[in-house]
Amino acid sequence: MISMPYNLTEEQKELVAIAKQIAEEKIKPLREQYDEEQLFPEEIVKILGNSDLYRVFIPEEYDGLGMGVFEMALVTEELSRIDGGIALAYAGSALGAFPIILFGNEQQKKKYLPPIASGEKIAAFALTEPEAGSDAANVKTKAEKKDGYYLLNGTKQWITNGGYAGIYSVFANVDFERGIRGMTAFIVDRDTEGFEIGKKENKLGIRASDTRELIFNNCKVPTENIIGREGMGFRVGVATFDQSRPGVAAQALGIAQGAFEEALKYAHERVQFGKNIYSFQGVSFMIADMAIKIEAARALVYNVAKLVDSGAKRTGGYSAMAKTFASDVAMEVTTNAIQVLGGYGYMKDYPVEKMFRDAKVTQIYEGTNQIQREVIAIHLAKELARIPKK
Amino acid sequence: MNRVIVFIKQVPDTAELKIDPTTNTMIREGVPSIINPFDMYAIEEGIRIKEKWGDTEVVVVTMGPPQAETALREALSLGCDRAILLSDKKFAASDTYATSYILSCAVKKIGDYDVLITGKQASDGDTAQVGPGIASWLNIPSITYIRKIDEIRAGYAKVERMRNDGFDIIEVTGKFLMTVLKELNEPRIPSFRGKMAAKKAEIPIWSAEYLEADDGKIGFLGSPTRVVRAFSPPPKKGGIKVEGEDEETVNGLYNFLSENKML
Repeated sequence: MISMPYNLTEEQKELVAIAKQIAEEKIKPLREQYDEEQLFPEEIVKILGNSDLYRVFIPEEYDGLGMGVFEMALVTEELSRIDGGIALAYAGSALGAFPIILFGNEQQKKKYLPPIASGEKIAAFALTEPEAGSDAANVKTKAEKKDGYYLLNGTKQWITNGGYAGIYSVFANVDFERGIRGMTAFIVDRDTEGFEIGKKENKLGIRASDTRELIFNNCKVPTENIIGREGMGFRVGVATFDQSRPGVAAQALGIAQGAFEEALKYAHERVQFGKNIYSFQGVSFMIADMAIKIEAARALVYNVAKLVDSGAKRTGGYSAMAKTFASDVAMEVTTNAIQVLGGYGYMKDYPVEKMFRDAKVTQIYEGTNQIQREVIAIHLAKELARIPKK
Repeated sequence: MNRVIVFIKQVPDTAELKIDPTTNTMIREGVPSIINPFDMYAIEEGIRIKEKWGDTEVVVVTMGPPQAETALREALSLGCDRAILLSDKKFAASDTYATSYILSCAVKKIGDYDVLITGKQASDGDTAQVGPGIASWLNIPSITYIRKIDEIRAGYAKVERMRNDGFDIIEVTGKFLMTVLKELNEPRIPSFRGKMAAKKAEIPIWSAEYLEADDGKIGFLGSPTRVVRAFSPPPKKGGIKVEGEDEETVNGLYNFLSENKML
């Protein structure tokens, strides 16, 4: 990887080395076919599991490595450098697991985290609905309280890992009159009665990632599967995003890095007018700009990830900044990478058109970049209000 | 407990090898080292046998300079249980006869075993002699070029040996040695926990004295091979190509064969 060195620990270096080896040796040969045919990388999930990479974001008590968002981001970046879609089979499981890690009780953690740590099961995060996108509190899925269980009814959409997960963090409302305070998070096992996997979406990018509709039809979820408490769902969701957004940022960063490296290499090989096109400033300056923006994005993403890991409060605004900046950089860099490769870049024979398609979603999901700016603006106003008035 | 012993070799990671003009042997200094690529399949198969059998120890052994320890740690990170480095100035310049003798001494020191595994050959020397040599010193059967294992349990195996014109199905009973091909398996990626454990593992170094090796059979003096000259073989010539219409080519080929008295 051509990038500014960071002072990583021995352990972090080993993680990156393993992720890189998996990406280069196992994912790269599959990526074109998996993108074309929208195949979910089941064998890659197995390799990631056997290599302990899913353990990274799980606490040690539950068979994890007890590392943090930073290490999860390092792995996600390295996988995304080769394939931003396949990387989601990894990062999406972290997203699905965070609600349990952050708010689950001891019993839930003991039951659900070890199989996620080993990769035996992957997790999925199910919040989005047709009418609850940016307006995440507007979920229509209903959870009706019964004796010892809740009956869930509703439909989720665009759920990452939807068809292949074993454990789902699902958001439903127990009382619409209570509005946002009725939102409740549940752990749903794949084989729960009344839970069905719906249609698979046909997407522009990240096509190796499995994006699904989930249908809850009198789905019987035991009361003990509530994450946190009844009515705490919105808080669970927001806190999860604070942890997971550096992961999306890392995915965007990896995609950008991959496209930049392709452009740099190509510009040195491609000869026009008797010399390589890197010798034309019009091209080399584009590539220099890519490197500047990627380094700036990496500095922000790594620092925010470390800030989140430090246990600091009020990190949401910074997580939003990292996600927004890195995804905007990814879109710009992949667009310009195609430009550097010219007609070849537009063809499927080269990987940059796929990177361009994969980059787009990072500006949209886990909160559009417009919603992120909203989060940042609110964060800034709150910070201002914290300054004591003289 | 069952035991599988895997033999590996650390080799230079490049085709850019230099030859010492006076001794006609390779200069290894300054070249990055890796595990002989063929040995990766031997390691993988050793670990797979362990996973299949349970209660099995996979011991990985190499002979080499102290830095060959790196190769052993990599093997440990993949899942081998323990590693032994055979290192002694007296081993220097051992040929395949002496090397296989030294490795067989290590097997005797390790104790009982069920299967011995090596890669089909090393990418530097390309002799493919050390594996069968070990079996010969230990007086056990060796099966080379294994591309598939149909069945394997302690004391019995049914395997497929690759040939130029197909393959043999071979059954073997008792202890045996096998040399394996890349067709046999796909080596795994190391695990994080494996790598961390491998960093801390203690790797004993066994000397000629510890092995109770016969000084007359090791090192330069114990090696009957003498490299008289090393050279790059001339590239193969392209052969002839008979071109044209059907009749033309048939006649052309016929004439060529008869002129060269091949008919």
